[in-house]
Amino acid sequence: MNNLARIRERRENRNRWLLLTPALVILIFAASGPLLITLVYSFLTAGDYGGVKWEFSTDAWFNVFFQRDIFDDTLSFADAHLSIFWRSVKLSLLTTLGAVVLGFPTAYFIATRPKHHRDFWMLLIMIPFWTNLLIRTFAVMELIRNEGTLNTFLMTIGVIDAPLQILFTETAIIIGMLYVYLPLMVLPLYASMERLDFSLIEAGYDLYASRVSVLRRIILPLVKPGLIAGSILVFVPSLGAYVTPRVMGGGKQLMLGNLIELQFGQGRNWPLGAALSITLLAIVMVALLFYVRVAGREGGGHG
Amino acid sequence: MIEISEVSKAYGAGKARFMALNNVSVSVAQNEFFTLLGPSGCGKTTLLRVIAGFVDPTEGTVTMDGDNLLALPPHRRPVNTVFQNYALFPHLTVRQNIAFGLEMLGKPKTEITDTVEEMMALVQMEGMADRQTSQISGGQQQRVALARALAPKPKVLLLDEPLSALDFKLRKSMQIELKRLQTETGITFIFVTHDQEEALTMSDRIAVMHAGSIRQIGPPREIYDHPAERFVADFIGDTNFLPVKIVTAQGSEAQVELGSGNRVAARLNNAHNGGDVTTLAVRPEHARVVPEADGLMTGRLSNLVYFGTDTHYHVDLDDGIRFVVRVQNNTDMARVAAQGDRIGVTFPAGVGQVLRD
Repeated sequence: MNNLARIRERRENRNRWLLLTPALVILIFAASGPLLITLVYSFLTAGDYGGVKWEFSTDAWFNVFFQRDIFDDTLSFADAHLSIFWRSVKLSLLTTLGAVVLGFPTAYFIATRPKHHRDFWMLLIMIPFWTNLLIRTFAVMELIRNEGTLNTFLMTIGVIDAPLQILFTETAIIIGMLYVYLPLMVLPLYASMERLDFSLIEAGYDLYASRVSVLRRIILPLVKPGLIAGSILVFVPSLGAYVTPRVMGGGKQLMLGNLIELQFGQGRNWPLGAALSITLLAIVMVALLFYVRVAGREGGGHG
Repeated sequence: MIEISEVSKAYGAGKARFMALNNVSVSVAQNEFFTLLGPSGCGKTTLLRVIAGFVDPTEGTVTMDGDNLLALPPHRRPVNTVFQNYALFPHLTVRQNIAFGLEMLGKPKTEITDTVEEMMALVQMEGMADRQTSQISGGQQQRVALARALAPKPKVLLLDEPLSALDFKLRKSMQIELKRLQTETGITFIFVTHDQEEALTMSDRIAVMHAGSIRQIGPPREIYDHPAERFVADFIGDTNFLPVKIVTAQGSEAQVELGSGNRVAARLNNAHNGGDVTTLAVRPEHARVVPEADGLMTGRLSNLVYFGTDTHYHVDLDDGIRFVVRVQNNTDMARVAAQGDRIGVTFPAGVGQVLRD
């Protein structure tokens, strides 16, 4: 009896591991593995024509934050890198903010439609996803370029005399990323709003809450999980965005993604690229921790 | 105090037009426990939502103490609602739920704290203030919903089937509790239910609704004893309906001729003339089973149903109508008849109610 139970337990254990295997394989080879390689590369010496030489070096990490003057060897902060870090964080935050401002009413609108209409609206949100990222980005480019739709329209109705220079600015990058990542905000927001019990909103009005109070005290705390998820889904890929800043920023407004690509490409400095990648990861993790803690404190009340 | 006058609410247009409320007029007095009673879809909840401000009537006026209530948005009306599913805020504690209305009214902190304590005591929820609403039972949620709605001291409290989600025992005790709260606070209660027993036990007055209009308004006893029409008699309690012909009608009394040819005195609640063919309603507990020779009507005992406190005699009358007599059980009661026996049914003069139709 006891023996039987032990055999069964052992078999169950084995089955459990078997069932876990696919997930473990993916985690090891697709997530942890590449990360580990990147980490190792960041401590190696750059090869002459790309690649790495297997010699330990902290040059790459040094170069992420500092630069040595070519002539007199004085040390200074790597302004170019730091300004790119700063721009990446700034543009990603602005994109996230814009996605909240645009996505919240959109999700609310869809969630308050009759049930059989909601799928249609969600389909409209999803359609851009089926189009290639480059094509979508070029479409936005067409809208905002100097001879583009927006400028032509504004000039025709006489609001402006000369075309607005939007393309190849930071604004253009934000517009581009906003367009690409907005659905990632709308989807989780909609999911949490759809579960929202609208009698709670009525209860709010019934208890003398104005529209603003109902939004602030009832709707926002209740859809907070969706808001956090959406913000993370927009902020993280924005920080590492590569195609959009490249096309919309015209190569002048580099973001972290472009800087990393540069090191692996023309720069032929793989260790620096690897170090920058790890830095990006660190920024994302710090931002996420900070965001989750702040968001958790606000709504939790006494929690 | 609340004056609802000729209120109608239509949904849709053309052929699909549906009247949720059809020319409803009713006035509710200060400190009254007023019940809107009717089957689902009769418009009772719609009427409640008109008062609360969540539904705009197509026509009609609603005033409170002479002020036009319809001109105010829901959050400016001095009424609070206890919702059917309670609608407690899941992200707030019991205390925060109860304090919500007071905070929105901008009351000072000390007053809010005092009122919340007072309300917790009123609904007997002391010591639960810092629980999450998901951590308390259905009955307790019900109490919190009541306390939350009562805390801002509204002039009128609207209750939308608040007891329907509770089990039988809890419902019974909450009925008494609600009545106590209403008497203690002196707030006007407008209570919506489809449960006739709830309505009869708690209300000062009942309005019976059907298909968007009010069919009868009156105190519980009047509604039960003197139903004005077939729907009311049928919806509240059990009733036998007998086709009768009016022989004479005078004031509130009428002589009616039954299907058996016998005549009996009955109460007249509506205008009727001699010769009219109409319906007589007789409550099962008002009738008696007697030997065939003594019966106003005769028939065959088709079924005996034992209910513990009483027994129902199902009698198939000679004119084909099923008539139910309810007899309270006594320990020493001799058996009146057996299934299949020929039997007589009788009821005293004045017990039958002549209905409108």
